[in-house]
Amino acid sequence: METLWFAIVALMLAVYVVLDGFDFGTGIVYLFVARTDAERRTVLHAIEPVWDGNEVWLIAGGGLLFLAFPRAYAAGFSGFYLALIMVLWLLILRGVSLGLRSHLESPLWREFWDKVFALASLLLAVVFGAALGNLIRGVPLNAEGYFFTAFWTDFRPGPAPGILDWYTVLMGVEGAAVLTVHGASYLAMKTVDEVQRRARLVAELGLWVIAALTVAAILAIPVIQPGLRRNYDAHPIGYLLPLIALGALAGLFYCRRRQQDIAAFLASSLLILGLLGSTAWGLFPNLLISSVDPAYSLTVANAAASPAGLRAAFAWFIVGFSLVVAYSLYIYRSFWGKVEAPSGDYGEY
Amino acid sequence: MASAVLYDRLQFALTATFHYLFPQLTMGLALLLVYFKSRALWGQDEHYNRVARFWTRIFAITFAFGVVTGIPLEFQFGTNWARFANYAGGVIGQTLGMEGLFAFFLESSFLGILLFGEEKFGPRAHWFAALMLLIGSWLSGYFIIVTNAWMQHPVAYTVAANGTLHVTSLWALLTNEWLVWQYPHNMIASVATSAFVMAAVGAYYQLSGVHAAYARTFLSTGVVAAATASLLLIFPTGHGAGRQVFASQPVTGAAFEGVFHTEDGAGIVLVGQPNMETLTIDNSLTVPWVLSLLVYQHAKAEVKGLDAFPRDTWPDNVPLLYYAYHVMIGLGTIFVAITLAALFMLWRRRLSQTTWLLWVLMLSAPFPYIANTAGWMTAELGRQPWLVYGLLRTSEGTSPLVSSGNALFTLLGFLGLYALLGLLFLFAVFHTIHKGPGDAEQSRQAGGAA
Ligand code: HDD
Ligand code: HEM
Ligand code: HEM
Repeated sequence: METLWFAIVALMLAVYVVLDGFDFGTGIVYLFVARTDAERRTVLHAIEPVWDGNEVWLIAGGGLLFLAFPRAYAAGFSGFYLALIMVLWLLILRGVSLGLRSHLESPLWREFWDKVFALASLLLAVVFGAALGNLIRGVPLNAEGYFFTAFWTDFRPGPAPGILDWYTVLMGVEGAAVLTVHGASYLAMKTVDEVQRRARLVAELGLWVIAALTVAAILAIPVIQPGLRRNYDAHPIGYLLPLIALGALAGLFYCRRRQQDIAAFLASSLLILGLLGSTAWGLFPNLLISSVDPAYSLTVANAAASPAGLRAAFAWFIVGFSLVVAYSLYIYRSFWGKVEAPSGDYGEY
Repeated sequence: MASAVLYDRLQFALTATFHYLFPQLTMGLALLLVYFKSRALWGQDEHYNRVARFWTRIFAITFAFGVVTGIPLEFQFGTNWARFANYAGGVIGQTLGMEGLFAFFLESSFLGILLFGEEKFGPRAHWFAALMLLIGSWLSGYFIIVTNAWMQHPVAYTVAANGTLHVTSLWALLTNEWLVWQYPHNMIASVATSAFVMAAVGAYYQLSGVHAAYARTFLSTGVVAAATASLLLIFPTGHGAGRQVFASQPVTGAAFEGVFHTEDGAGIVLVGQPNMETLTIDNSLTVPWVLSLLVYQHAKAEVKGLDAFPRDTWPDNVPLLYYAYHVMIGLGTIFVAITLAALFMLWRRRLSQTTWLLWVLMLSAPFPYIANTAGWMTAELGRQPWLVYGLLRTSEGTSPLVSSGNALFTLLGFLGLYALLGLLFLFAVFHTIHKGPGDAEQSRQAGGAA
């Protein structure tokens, strides 16, 4: 049961990164890709009906983590206290900028919220990448199962690392790069003309950056967290996941060359799933690795809620999840296709 | 780390109170929107579609603020209340998980259709989207109230070997007897907020002499809904909630009412200041026997005062609790008076000409917010000194390694950010109200992007 819940939580968060990831990516490339007000509104309109639903994957993922592994939720959220609160502030700023931007005609007002939106998106993408880096590297969990990390110490991943060290910064940049390409691919798929041309350009250039950073991140793993290999050695089937990521990356190069936008977007989604899946495979059964003493690590065994609770929750999870998938698909299908500049009544709520 | 607890509590109080300013409007508004969409669909009346469109815009702004301020709450159980999260996660993780999966997805998905899909999906699907929004937001209210009700009145748990709690029966958790009054009381209070706001906007248009047809609809719908809600808030739900508290948390009930000493045939304090030195109510105006009557249906029944309980189980801020409770009740009484007067005038078809009453209605919009906030302060301060009533003290629930400096820093950050958000929200809403409901129509006919 615990293993199943590990998979569920990982799945929820991975879907979150894929879905809200293109919103962040859109934000990152936004100022460059869309220049005039009409272009900007078109781009915003490409994410407007869905970004809020996408964000719910994070909330629901967090809720399910709380449900299944209360100890890990408690330790992780309090340990990354400052970083997490700032994530919250950034999420607030992003949401508000999307909500308010088109409210007034004033060019200054719009310019201001455009910049807020772009900056918040960029920072969030970096933070999420760095967060993943922290999970891989480990955190200074103590014997009671709690930790607290400063933003940075000496930028070296040791037993008492900061949230930022050279490795997590690398992962942060990688995260931003992957989401940039992801968002640009999304826009290339959803838009036409100039905007599409610029989005394709970003996606194409970004690919090389991703490729380089991914190689660097993988090369760093034996130094940072050799334990990550254990599951792969024990169950080589797991190598399928990095292979999927690799295949998706290759596919991405291929589709970009042929300007197949839809396929490229799917490939970049698959790339994200592959990368996150590979990480999860390597981390299991750890939820939080202790950099102080491996015995203090929080695992699916010592952090889980009661088996009875997990079983009961699994029953309603299946029902709820099926519903969510059903109407999410319905909604994505309904808003499928190229966007035009909004003209309806709610274009500027 | 005594001061860290203080900052954690202030931060939770700030963020929860601020968050709840938004859902209390959207949950009630969702109900009224379904009403308008139904009138439009079955009455074939385009007027109600225009009305619904206007309120959907208000809804959307409010919703966006509700969402962004809701996320910090969900995460704060972990960031600031880690020991509580670890202790109680085996129970309340269930309801928070359900809320995400069953309610939040529903709301945010169908809001997209309501906002951007009227032409694409047609009137029936659009009505359906409004209905889903209603169900989603009331479900999210339900799950969060289940969570809160469990903290007030823990049920359906066992204590595991390592001291943490685990749920024994989902059904028992979801049908906690505390919900019987808390849930309807809270949801009706949210209807009251939205109804008062609607009536206030109607009164504003009427007094300004603009949008006459809309003013009439807003006023009549708002007044009828507000009157109904105000009555239901006092009886049976408020009355029921009060008796519930006396039954399960007698010390809290005593503090609500300012009963310091156990008496037979206790009177009810209408006004007066609790004095924590002398343990009396100063300058009080008391109606004899009424409290005994209300709580135990018997004028001579004994009501336990605070003196019947050890001091360390008293709510830690009795005066604030007492005032919050009396503000809620006082406002509730005033609401009934206002809305009944307006209802009477509406029935006599004189409301639109009764300028003084329109002024009262227009200016009354902030007060349901105050009453709701006071109500939550009542509930949450009344729970003190417990975080989970009778099981976990608030001081034992904090995060062990988050220092008071960090907590103070983030508290101040939230304070600043929320001050800004509040201004922006008011600006956006007033702007929308000022532009008025007709505007979208005109711009649409003018063929274009507004
Ligand atoms: C418009 C808002 C409003 C109004 C007019 C009232 N209430 Fe209320 N009340 C709330 C809004 C509210 C609330 C904010 O919705 C609370 C907070 C927790 C909850 O579930 O509902 C609440 C809680 C609450 C509690 C606390 C329950 C607990 O400790 O968990 C009691 C005893 C009452 N109410 C009783 C009353 C009475 C006797 C009223 C008679 C006038 C009344 N309320 C009017
Ligand atoms: C329904 C879900 C809610 C839950 C689970 C919840 C939980 C909590 C928690 C964990 C705390 C901190 C510990 C404490 O001081 O007791 C707290 C405090 C507080 N909450 Fe809530 N809360 C909820 C809703 C609300 C709402 C909607 C409001 C206000 C509108 C509110 C107002 C407060 C206040 C004022 C405090 C501070 C009490 C104090 O100073 O001791 N709560 N609540
Ligand atoms: C302290 C406890 C609370 C937590 C943890 C919490 C959490 C959240 C979160 C994460 C969201 C955003 C959901 C989204 O993205 O769609 C949200 C919105 C919402 N919350 Fe809360 N909330 C709390 C208190 C309350 C209370 C007391 C109510 C009402 C009874 C409530 C009702 C709603 C509603 C209806 C929404 C939808 C957004 C809106 O209408 O503004 N919440 N909440």
